[in-house]
Amino acid sequence: MLKVNDLVVRYGMIEAIKGISFEVKDGQIVTLIGANGAGKTTTMHTISGLLQPYSGSIWLDETELSKLPPHKIVREGVAQCPERRRVFASQTVEENLLLGAYTRKDKNEIQKDLENVYGLFPRLLERKKQLAGTLSGGEQQMLAMGRALMARPKIMLLDEPSMGLSPLLVKEIFHIIKDINSQGVTVLLVEQNAKMALGIADMAYVLETGKIVMSGTGEELLNSEDIKKAYLGG
Amino acid sequence: MNLLNYLINGLSLGSVYAIIAIGYTMVYGIAKMLNFAHGDVIMIGAYVSFFMLVNFGLGFIPSLLIAVVICTVLGIVIERLAYKPLRQADSLSVLITAIGVSYLLQNSAQLMWGSATKMYPINIISGSVSLFGGKLSIPYLTIVTILVCIVVTFALQWFVNNTRTGSAMRACSEDKDAARLMGINVDTTISITFAIGSCFAAVAAVLLCSAYPAVSPTLGSMPGIKAFTAAVFGGIGSIPGAFIGGLLLGIIEIFSRAYISTQLSDAIVFSVLIIVLLFKPTGILGKKVSEKV
Repeated sequence: MLKVNDLVVRYGMIEAIKGISFEVKDGQIVTLIGANGAGKTTTMHTISGLLQPYSGSIWLDETELSKLPPHKIVREGVAQCPERRRVFASQTVEENLLLGAYTRKDKNEIQKDLENVYGLFPRLLERKKQLAGTLSGGEQQMLAMGRALMARPKIMLLDEPSMGLSPLLVKEIFHIIKDINSQGVTVLLVEQNAKMALGIADMAYVLETGKIVMSGTGEELLNSEDIKKAYLGG
Repeated sequence: MNLLNYLINGLSLGSVYAIIAIGYTMVYGIAKMLNFAHGDVIMIGAYVSFFMLVNFGLGFIPSLLIAVVICTVLGIVIERLAYKPLRQADSLSVLITAIGVSYLLQNSAQLMWGSATKMYPINIISGSVSLFGGKLSIPYLTIVTILVCIVVTFALQWFVNNTRTGSAMRACSEDKDAARLMGINVDTTISITFAIGSCFAAVAAVLLCSAYPAVSPTLGSMPGIKAFTAAVFGGIGSIPGAFIGGLLLGIIEIFSRAYISTQLSDAIVFSVLIIVLLFKPTGILGKKVSEKV
């Protein structure tokens, strides 16, 4: 279980996250929704160790993640598929996927996971020798997700997977997120596309300017009048 | 025959530039900084090998190995002490620090070993091959220098493209935070890069001093600047670029010394750089990676 306790994150004098707490139970899909600048990506970066908390703590089971550098957090089983995908453009699709398994030494298992990823995203198999920078936005998103899966994570952090994709592709991506989850990977999903995110989430938290203003199951929030008005277009 | 002779000399000098340029280009590619102290690491390598050869009477290979070890450690120490604390600072601060480290090394060398030029033992690799019935004679040193350059360039290129560490290096050069998210220790990767660059500097030092046997505290400056030019010329950040840039620079330098003017040769070398950059600002092999978003 991932637990975030009273997390405060500052950029200099600006407080981006103003004391949030939430948890992600094993096997769940949990989503953080909110507008631009609400602090969603900041939260993700702090969990992954790219940013240091000002106060508060982050725990994965018995390990305090907030005391570890990023490369050790990956070894604890937290893989992030970052906002805007950030694939390694000048490396091939397969090299990108293998970088996802950078922390692992079990060659045979890595090969199995590679096949699993190609099964989830057949288009990556077709393009495995192609440079990642030449892929379309949707393909890059698939690659970034596949790359995160290659770490064989306990929990996968997905930051805005729908960004810049066509509605059809967004559907496909969300379908795959459910598949990944059903393979036993816990998912923490950050989204601006609240409708899609709430549709697949077990638990959801609404983030507004660094604070959690509402929480509930995905279904509860989908039916909440406030949420409908603020995030679902009436 | 003269032409061929000059060409071979140019390749030999260019090989030394190429080995130094690889150090510049790798550090730039991964740490995104210009390590202007790189030339002075060569100078330290030259002194270390000098003392090993002359004062300790060691052979060529042991002296080279000791210089390699000391320069490698020095490179890592410089990075940890001077550059690592500036990881979040803007590039100008890092550049100024690099120039500071350069002066620190030069002045320390002067303090410890004096400013007088020491004569490097020249007969380490002696003899030559005669070709075309004695019309062309190529010193073994020249052959060794060119071969070493080719071997280290290809070995490094293989390492970067085919090993786990090499793959981590390429990832760091593209996007450090994304590399961190893969579980790559970026600090360690940068240290390895400095270690490789400095190790190459030691090799270059021994080859350079064997051909131009004057060891002084400012020995590294000119080859350092020329190798930096070669790295930019070839496309900074690219290992094959540094290789080609170095060789071309060496050939241009020797040819302009032979056919135009000894005094003007450096000016000609740098003019060629300016002309190349006017037409191809990214250098010969440099490319802008286009990326769909």
